[in-house]
Amino acid sequence: MIWSDAILAAFKENAVRLIAYVPDNVLTPLINGAAADDAFVAVCATREDEAVGIVSGAYMGGLRSALLMQTSGFALTGNALASLVVPYQIPAILVISERGIMGEFNIGQTLVARTMRPTLDALGIVHHTLTDESKLRFILDTSIKQAFTTQAPVAFILSPLLTGGNPAASAHLI
Amino acid sequence: METGRRLASTLNRAALTRRLVQRLTHEEAVVAGIGNANFDLAAAGRRSQNFSMLGSMGLACPIALGVALAQPARGVIALEGDGSILMMLGSLATIANVKPRNLTIIIWDNGIYQITGKQPTATGGATDIVAVALGAGFPRAEWVRDEAHFATLIERRFDEGGPTLLAAKIDDKPAEGLQERDPALIRHRFMAGLGVGRGAAPDRR
Repeated sequence: MIWSDAILAAFKENAVRLIAYVPDNVLTPLINGAAADDAFVAVCATREDEAVGIVSGAYMGGLRSALLMQTSGFALTGNALASLVVPYQIPAILVISERGIMGEFNIGQTLVARTMRPTLDALGIVHHTLTDESKLRFILDTSIKQAFTTQAPVAFILSPLLTGGNPAASAHLI
Repeated sequence: METGRRLASTLNRAALTRRLVQRLTHEEAVVAGIGNANFDLAAAGRRSQNFSMLGSMGLACPIALGVALAQPARGVIALEGDGSILMMLGSLATIANVKPRNLTIIIWDNGIYQITGKQPTATGGATDIVAVALGAGFPRAEWVRDEAHFATLIERRFDEGGPTLLAAKIDDKPAEGLQERDPALIRHRFMAGLGVGRGAAPDRR
């Protein structure tokens, strides 16, 4: 099963139905897969912190939800995570496609990427870097269940080792 | 764009909030933005269907959108200040495209960042928030002309007819209450008020 299908399957098995996202090249199969499947409600937000608000409200209203974004978008979520998700104990499911490493061509992406794991660690948000399709199902299923059971957010970082990275990169690298 | 902004009287946030809360007879959810919107909601009396933020300025409307999507049969109202909505104007575009029928947004617009020292906001100058909402694609957005008009505008079901945005020009009087600052309690009470268990798994309820 390819990685995007495995993620959607784990969402379905755990009743995660609302997918809020800000578009990203690598995430395209995941976004398109969610949009094409009646099991999901896909909402395109204008900013990642806006999407944090949407998934938080949906959770409190009884609709399990996940947020898809890329590394630079994660950097926009700091205040929303620190003042809403973490103190209110909201089990936000964060899926972050990792840019900035392994063939990045944009120096802006390389710098902002370095803030991601320190930010997650500073906020005490559990994060898993997904590199291997064979371990996806176990990590996703157990971690999503843990998030809802313990009312704690979780971040899944999609490594280029898993996704193949940004398909547009090869045209820019020298 | 002529929106009636110049004809809007200056009203009082606490008085309008009380009037709104008295009108909520179907356990409508209310999500209030940080600061004075929250404080005056608290002053209008405790309700289990109220949610208040402690930070995350600008996220009242996105949170309300999430609640509205999760509970399409329940009316959901976001109360937000002008400074806060200016921080998240993109959320109006998102909401206009998602088209939640059960979402109403009320903007308390006094043209100042009241809580930080009354510095002027953009809506105190050239920006008309009703025009912004209409431009974002809201099917309905209007200025509150006076208190009687506000009473008429909220004399309706909140679970249909949206998304709607109402903007009220308000004075700079201080808020009449203070919010609780216990986030776990605020969330727990709100979820209980909406009939949701902590796992938020609607298929297991």
